[in-house]
Amino acid sequence: MADVVLKTTGLNKSFGALQASRDVSLDLRPGEIHALIGPNGAGKSTLIKQIAGNLTPDSGTVELLGKDVTALDTVARARMGLGRTFQISALAMEYTVLQNAVLGALGGRGRVFRFFRNVMKDPELLERARDALERVGLMDDANRRTADLSHGQRRQLEVAVALTLKPRLFLMDEPMAGLGTAGSKALTGFLDGLRQEAPILLVEHDMDAVFALADRISVLVYGQIIATGTADEIRANAEVRRAYLGEDAAA
Amino acid sequence: MLTRESLLNWAMIAALLIVPLAAWTLDEPFIITLATKAAILALAGVGLNIALGLGGLISLGHAAFFGIGGYAMGILAAHAQNYEPLFEWPFLFEGSNQMPLIWLVAVVFSALAALVIGALSLRTSGVYFIMITLAFGQMLYYFAISWSAYGGEDGLSIWVRNEFPGLNTLDPIQFFAIAYVILCLALVFAARLARSPFGLALAAARQNEDRVQAVGLTPFTLRLTAFVISGAITGLAGALFADLNRFVSPTMLSWHTSGEIMIFVILGGVGRLYGPVAGAALYILLEHLLGGISDYWQIFLGVLLLLIVLFARGGLIGAIAGREKAHG
Repeated sequence: MADVVLKTTGLNKSFGALQASRDVSLDLRPGEIHALIGPNGAGKSTLIKQIAGNLTPDSGTVELLGKDVTALDTVARARMGLGRTFQISALAMEYTVLQNAVLGALGGRGRVFRFFRNVMKDPELLERARDALERVGLMDDANRRTADLSHGQRRQLEVAVALTLKPRLFLMDEPMAGLGTAGSKALTGFLDGLRQEAPILLVEHDMDAVFALADRISVLVYGQIIATGTADEIRANAEVRRAYLGEDAAA
Repeated sequence: MLTRESLLNWAMIAALLIVPLAAWTLDEPFIITLATKAAILALAGVGLNIALGLGGLISLGHAAFFGIGGYAMGILAAHAQNYEPLFEWPFLFEGSNQMPLIWLVAVVFSALAALVIGALSLRTSGVYFIMITLAFGQMLYYFAISWSAYGGEDGLSIWVRNEFPGLNTLDPIQFFAIAYVILCLALVFAARLARSPFGLALAAARQNEDRVQAVGLTPFTLRLTAFVISGAITGLAGALFADLNRFVSPTMLSWHTSGEIMIFVILGGVGRLYGPVAGAALYILLEHLLGGISDYWQIFLGVLLLLIVLFARGGLIGAIAGREKAHG
């Protein structure tokens, strides 16, 4: 089990009477895309936050690269190699696209307490940032203000910033949200190749993307994982169809 | 390439030099003193602007650092002029009337105060941060009032301005030169800081805290560092201000002073490098021109501030030079 990149064991989290996570155990293996699906309010965001370190579970553990990180905060987990993209773009809106990417590269490299050098002339950071922008297809927009980007471009930039960290695993919270069909397709193709670099835990509502990409799928309903398996297994699972997919998805 | 903003900046910093030089040739020492005051207050604003403009930390307690700088000067110089040892162990120290040493003490103590105040205040944010910084400032203010060893409410008067090697500091134009050079150095420092790796991360933490954490950086540490640097610069300005007046009193520590420093920054433009220069110069100008008309000249200042906050969020510099260009 040493080669499991991420593992949660028996996570429970309640908000008052609402139990948002019930005994959630899942793992992420090298080279795979593990998709997490479930209806609205199933507790996907709560689970993501416990994995990323924003929320502490009431019980259970989170292991990252074989180390128990349950007590560590988001910053420590990011430093260990957790590259995260947010459901709602979390970017520095006043900055240019390139500055956001350089910020990521800076976080990935460290040595932030430098007060005199011009950060936008640091060849190491620039190369890392440009490389990431190139890969998501944003290089032409490098000098635009992030606030002026379209919604889809912001989603791309989210992914690019995560890339600059050179993470050991990706935690992506609905990267396709709000993308058009073309954008969604392009990103699907990109994530397909990305899994070789680092495995991806993917929360996504776009079922076409999920079934095209995921090596394994876990279905979360009322805070509980009701099934984990390959795309075919999930499609065939009667409980999943009843709870979430609907009968027509089996076709 | 010179942008409109950098042209404006050059014009302002040149004007701040030319006006006192002209006054010097025309033998108008009062004008020189006004320019010196503007330069020193601008320096205090440059300090605040690092916390406020870059870091988004709305500190209403910067008078604490300004006052600590002032008292550093007052205490050292008072002991020196009275030949009373400040301490006798581990070595005999009778205070000092040497500006470089006074500045060093002012910077160190205001930085330490900023470290303590920042470490406690930065656990909060928003309006609570404003209130806690205000509370710390007022604590020091009342402490100074009750500190009878150093004048209490009456403050401390220093008879002769402190010395700087090779200069006659009693000559207004020479003292102005000191303040002006320090202001320029602080501006160069602030400009480099804003473009540095630290500056990039600090300003990102203001814009989006989640993002900064997600790339593995700690907003608290960035902000605390900024707060210490900010306090140190404002503290240095306090030492110079006390030397200008040859007087320090608890007023320097009061929350009015915090408000005034913030007004310089807002008048000139929050986050604009030369915002505090424009703001402090305008403030001194208004005080001088309108103060002659009415003792209640600050009513006009209030109206102006209101107009700027409502219609020109980038302050004077924003109004003239337009929206800030994202640094490429």
